[in-house]
Amino acid sequence: MNTELIGVMVTFVITVLLAFPLGKYIAKMFAGEKTITDFMYPVERLIYRISGIDPNKGMNWKEFLKSMLAINMLWLFYAFFLLLNQAHLPLNPDGNPNMTPDLSFNTAISFLVNCNLQHYSGESGVTYLTQLFVITFLQFVSAATGIACAVALFNGLKHKTTDNLGNFWEIFTKSITRILLPLCIIMAVIMAFNGTPASFDGKDSIVTLQGDTVKVSRGPAAGMIAIKHLGTNGGGWFGANSAHPLENPNYFTNMVELVAQVLIPMAMLFAFGFYIKRKKFAYVIFGIMTVGMLFLVIPTIYWEMQGSTAIAKMGIMQATGAMEGKEVRFGPAASGYWSIITTIISTGSVNSMHDSSMPLSGMMQMLGMLINAFYGGCGVGILNYFIYIIIAVFIGGLMVGRTPEFLGHKVEAREVKIAALVTLLSAFLIKGGTALAAYYFVNHGNADWAVQPANWLNNPGNHGFSEMFYEFTSSNANNGSGFEGLGDNNIFWNVTTGFVLLLGRFIPIIGPIAIIGLLAKKKFIPESAGTLKVDSLTFGILTFTIIIILTALSYFPPLVLGPIAEYFGMK
Amino acid sequence: MKKYVWPSIKLTMVFIILCAVLYPLLIAGIAKFAPGSGKGETVSVNGKVVGYANIGQKFTEDKYFWGRPSAVDYNAAGSAGSNKGAANPEYLKQVQGRIDSFLVHNPAAKKEEIPAELVTASGSGLDPDLSPAGATIQIKRIALIRKLDESKLISLVNQQTEKPLLGLFGPAKVNVLKLNIELDKLK
Repeated sequence: MNTELIGVMVTFVITVLLAFPLGKYIAKMFAGEKTITDFMYPVERLIYRISGIDPNKGMNWKEFLKSMLAINMLWLFYAFFLLLNQAHLPLNPDGNPNMTPDLSFNTAISFLVNCNLQHYSGESGVTYLTQLFVITFLQFVSAATGIACAVALFNGLKHKTTDNLGNFWEIFTKSITRILLPLCIIMAVIMAFNGTPASFDGKDSIVTLQGDTVKVSRGPAAGMIAIKHLGTNGGGWFGANSAHPLENPNYFTNMVELVAQVLIPMAMLFAFGFYIKRKKFAYVIFGIMTVGMLFLVIPTIYWEMQGSTAIAKMGIMQATGAMEGKEVRFGPAASGYWSIITTIISTGSVNSMHDSSMPLSGMMQMLGMLINAFYGGCGVGILNYFIYIIIAVFIGGLMVGRTPEFLGHKVEAREVKIAALVTLLSAFLIKGGTALAAYYFVNHGNADWAVQPANWLNNPGNHGFSEMFYEFTSSNANNGSGFEGLGDNNIFWNVTTGFVLLLGRFIPIIGPIAIIGLLAKKKFIPESAGTLKVDSLTFGILTFTIIIILTALSYFPPLVLGPIAEYFGMK
Repeated sequence: MKKYVWPSIKLTMVFIILCAVLYPLLIAGIAKFAPGSGKGETVSVNGKVVGYANIGQKFTEDKYFWGRPSAVDYNAAGSAGSNKGAANPEYLKQVQGRIDSFLVHNPAAKKEEIPAELVTASGSGLDPDLSPAGATIQIKRIALIRKLDESKLISLVNQQTEKPLLGLFGPAKVNVLKLNIELDKLK
């Protein structure tokens, strides 16, 4: 069999084999049982003491959210001011300039919300100081925020009736000291020994074999590339992200990066099952998500390996598939697989340029982000899926004519309203934003911005529309990948996507935490014959169907205008 | 609100030190023992550095194996793909132009044997590799210019071809810079 396909399959199998024990470990660790990382306890005690935190004090859902939002707000200001003044700060060997206010605004938010949309290139847009103190720092803490919020959900479901969702500071701290940091150290060392730079030296200048003088960008990248994947952040050290030969030197590192980005989201699912002692529920969710992932991955790999019909007409050989925007060392199968993994997981790193993917592969990438819950981001994936579950419970309840229940708690109007609002918000932000962009493109083509609207698009026709639609989809999903041909470093895109990023992050976190806070307080109703069994396959399929219906209803029109029309235009 | 602000500030400072100072320093320290001591692995000819092992270079002269088209002209100060959409007419014209010019420089090559990667830009603009077919199709041109035996070049390409990982995973490839360095050594 084809070695490229075997490579992809083995990568997936390794991911599952590692995620399962990691999930078991995460469940034990957050439950306070004995684990192998208990040697970190003195460090954590020191952190609590310095910060004036009592880790044993429980929080209700409002206190939990206030702590989370307070510290996130602080990071936003901190990041914004560093990026605005980076040129004058130390560790700037390449002499890179300050960011403009609108670009700092966008970048600070983008990394705060775990999105990592980048309207700059790493080689020239940031300094080593901001790469570490802003980018790497936010990659750690935004991932830990996501994990902490997922654990709040677990806590709400673990006990029959409770208003204690756990201590945000404690869960947050342990997410870094017990999960992210140890895994990152292992991965960064693997990267460094495979050729990724890790030293603080600036750009190098060399004379090539043919006699040209070129510069080579470097820097302490290995550590950042580890957290960028393990924390499902995705922002690249270099402009070309994981397509760059120093950021992803060979097929082995490509497998490592692919495993790393799915590892924690998948492990959190298994942890969910172990933690609330409903393993079957977690397995059903895992099964549904995997089926969803395969629906997107298999056609994409097929189309990318098949190659471009337009290039086939020119009569050359496409044995290596559609190669525009791809790297030879990965090939079309691993590139296609990555493009779906990175969009369903909300990583947003790329090892090929999505703008040059085949039209329908591009649609699959968009669908991954529009659904945003097949595994999903670090911690937040499970929160997104939880919203779908609440809607499924509500519809299931209507179908059998009973007040809907979820794991012993009545789901009433208030909870369903929150879930519905969260779902509708995405459709509003994505389509509203795209409509606004299209309006400016058509009617104000020569507006006096850094990139004039008439020059925004790198491709004409339907694909140009896709570039705008993709950008808002990616922002709302907190994904961060892009159809990078889009001229996005100007005030319009920096500001509009900045707001979409903020809303697309915090509303889908606040919503589920509020729902679980409200549910967990309610009286526990023991299971009876009429209870809707949420851990059954039937319920899993119901949830899956609802995901498909909601997505199709919300997004069919823009998908037709973009990738589908492009596909038929190529025939 | 004070209840939340002070812990936030202090916790932030702790994690800046842990994640943005100690962690990168630790990795930089360990990487000193890695090939290239964490500065990127370089390749030298006669003691002179001619490039980075993983970063592709521009080869335009007929006597060298060419790499792939690049959207950044192989200047590794930056990196980018072309971001051209598959149906973009201007882009398709560009690809057709590359095919035509390849055939002019390689009159012996058959069009249906030109692998797509030789006429399409890579994702990073710095792709160091070609598929074995991408190197093989250039052998006739180079043999003619360098007055070398084709069989010598065929065995050179074979010897420089890197098999899939463990012989099982991923595509086979040839590093163009290393191939050209060895080519210069052939007599």
